[in-house]
Amino acid sequence: MKYFYLIISFFISNLVNASGSLSVTVPDTMEERVKACTICHSNKDRVGRDAYYPRIAGKPAGYLFNQMRNFRDGRRYYQPMAILLENMSDEYILEIARYFSSLQLPYPPPENIGIRPEEIKLADLLIHLGDPGRDIPACKSCHGEALMGIKPFVPGLLGLSHAYISAQFGSWRNGGLMRGQNSNCMSEIAKRLTDEETNAIAKWLAIQTVSGEPSLPGTLAPEFSHRCSNIDSENIHSK
Amino acid sequence: MQKHIVSAGSLVIVLFALISAPVPVYAESIQLIPTASDQNKSLGEYLSRVGNCMGCHTAKGGVSFSGGKKMYTSFGVFITPNITPDRKTGIGHWSKEDFWGALHRGESPDGRMLYPSFPYTEYTKVTRKDTDAIFDYLMSLEPVSKDNPSDKIFFPYNLKPLLYFWRKLYFKEGVFNPDNSKSKEWNRGAYLVQGLGHCSACHSSRNFLGASQEEKFIGKKMTGVSWYAPSLTSRLEAGSGELEINEITELLTSGITRNAVASGHMATVIRQSLQFVLPEDIRAIAIYLKSIGKENSDVASAESFPVLSKNIRSRLAQGGKLYTKYCEDCHQSSGRGIPGIYPSLAGSRSVTMASPLNTILSVMKGGFPPNTTGNPRPYGMPPFQQIFHDEEMALVVSYIRNAWGNHSSLVTEIDIERSRNGGRD
Repeated sequence: MKYFYLIISFFISNLVNASGSLSVTVPDTMEERVKACTICHSNKDRVGRDAYYPRIAGKPAGYLFNQMRNFRDGRRYYQPMAILLENMSDEYILEIARYFSSLQLPYPPPENIGIRPEEIKLADLLIHLGDPGRDIPACKSCHGEALMGIKPFVPGLLGLSHAYISAQFGSWRNGGLMRGQNSNCMSEIAKRLTDEETNAIAKWLAIQTVSGEPSLPGTLAPEFSHRCSNIDSENIHSK
Repeated sequence: MQKHIVSAGSLVIVLFALISAPVPVYAESIQLIPTASDQNKSLGEYLSRVGNCMGCHTAKGGVSFSGGKKMYTSFGVFITPNITPDRKTGIGHWSKEDFWGALHRGESPDGRMLYPSFPYTEYTKVTRKDTDAIFDYLMSLEPVSKDNPSDKIFFPYNLKPLLYFWRKLYFKEGVFNPDNSKSKEWNRGAYLVQGLGHCSACHSSRNFLGASQEEKFIGKKMTGVSWYAPSLTSRLEAGSGELEINEITELLTSGITRNAVASGHMATVIRQSLQFVLPEDIRAIAIYLKSIGKENSDVASAESFPVLSKNIRSRLAQGGKLYTKYCEDCHQSSGRGIPGIYPSLAGSRSVTMASPLNTILSVMKGGFPPNTTGNPRPYGMPPFQQIFHDEEMALVVSYIRNAWGNHSSLVTEIDIERSRNGGRD
């Protein structure tokens, strides 16, 4: 009788295995859910113009959350992003932001572009000291000592392509990007910079070897936090 | 990518009583949590969801009901008005009678005739009691001072006399007349679909002057955008005649079923409106939709297909290679997808219906199904316009319309180009 049960149970388990192997299972993971994002925002399979798509892995979660909501709600304009996010809830956007923020992926090597010594000098100055006479703060005073951003809302500047950074400067100047509903700190700063300066900064940032992490929350000086008050107005903590 | 069963339009609602007429049987299913004057407001809030008032009367990222959304149509760009109770920029100076005039007769309080981009052609069937409840609810909102720009209507549609003639020809002020040979649920569904839900605003064909072919739900390309709102009667499109009631209700409330997923504007309507409709009303709607699916059975599609030329076979094979590389991971080599996650393309009516627009737009722009209580963390479809050229998109769409037993027209680069500017907000 015992053997009979064994045989039966063996038979049943084989049936289960057989049917299991027929059905394809989809991983219940964020990685699987966000394939629509990683078709562009990934290191794999890059073709041609993809150089434009910014890296999002490892960026501060609050920054990613705000930007996705801005795309969805028409405060930052890029139609492909607006369409993907159209019917997405804040809760899910936050989950996606946290997922990408936590991703530790190797950074690409520095971009191979030419930069003249005087451009390096100009960029160095603006990035580390700014130009107080024109009310232009140093990049690192907001984007962190390592230029990797400040958690949770300020984005890092390294590991992005020259093309992307230049395009963002352009958008801030002509208002097309419209980050935040109020007149925005980055928009004011971009308007004070000359073409030569923005170009030098974009090149300088793109040729850096990336190392370091976003700075910890609370390291943004109060004067800058105040000046860019609209960046943390989205209440990520309430979620 | 999608198969909409019922698309676009929102749903609607219900009713309670016709003014001065006996209370009809179909109009009483809402269970309110009562306290006298709040009762009407909460009914109004519910009805405004069913009619999805805020879907149109809210700009992207704007305050609900404060208007400013641009509605692109072939007749011009309509900017939706502020319907919060602000006295200067909203409708705070309106009376209940004024509101009834707008919904029931398509007239604004100053006597102007309204353009039918505001679907009073459907709302005219909503009862006085329901419109009053919606009005009470709107009046209870926080007033928002927001002056929206005026409509930009193209010539000759901006000529008022033309609107006058249009109304004479196509607008019939009316009430919902229950069909006593049908069940109470059926009548409730019909009332919601034909009235407040204004489904036919998208799902009915419009003639050259923009009038819907009343209640036919025969499907049409939506004006001003590329999405095609499929027929709600044809079994080759989104007719529900052969579906189970619970499959229809599941799609309408969660946005996804084992076999279908809502996309495009229908996904938005589900997120904004349908997922909040009470189960008994959704069931009534499903019963009605199923019945109109049956009434109009199409000729069986037993046409024979010509033998494919060598050239066409080669194009389909190229599309098949792209499919293997980019699509198969999710939609499977069988084309059958993963139920409830990645929709089946094999045998999908959304893929095979005569208009390839929705399939092209899904491939081109991708998207996530609506986030709903029933499907809060959906899996997404990538926007392949970011990596495919037009020719590649044409090849892959042609392939999926003709693989696994599907038989539909081939798609060209011209079709892709034409679809490109759709999906606009």
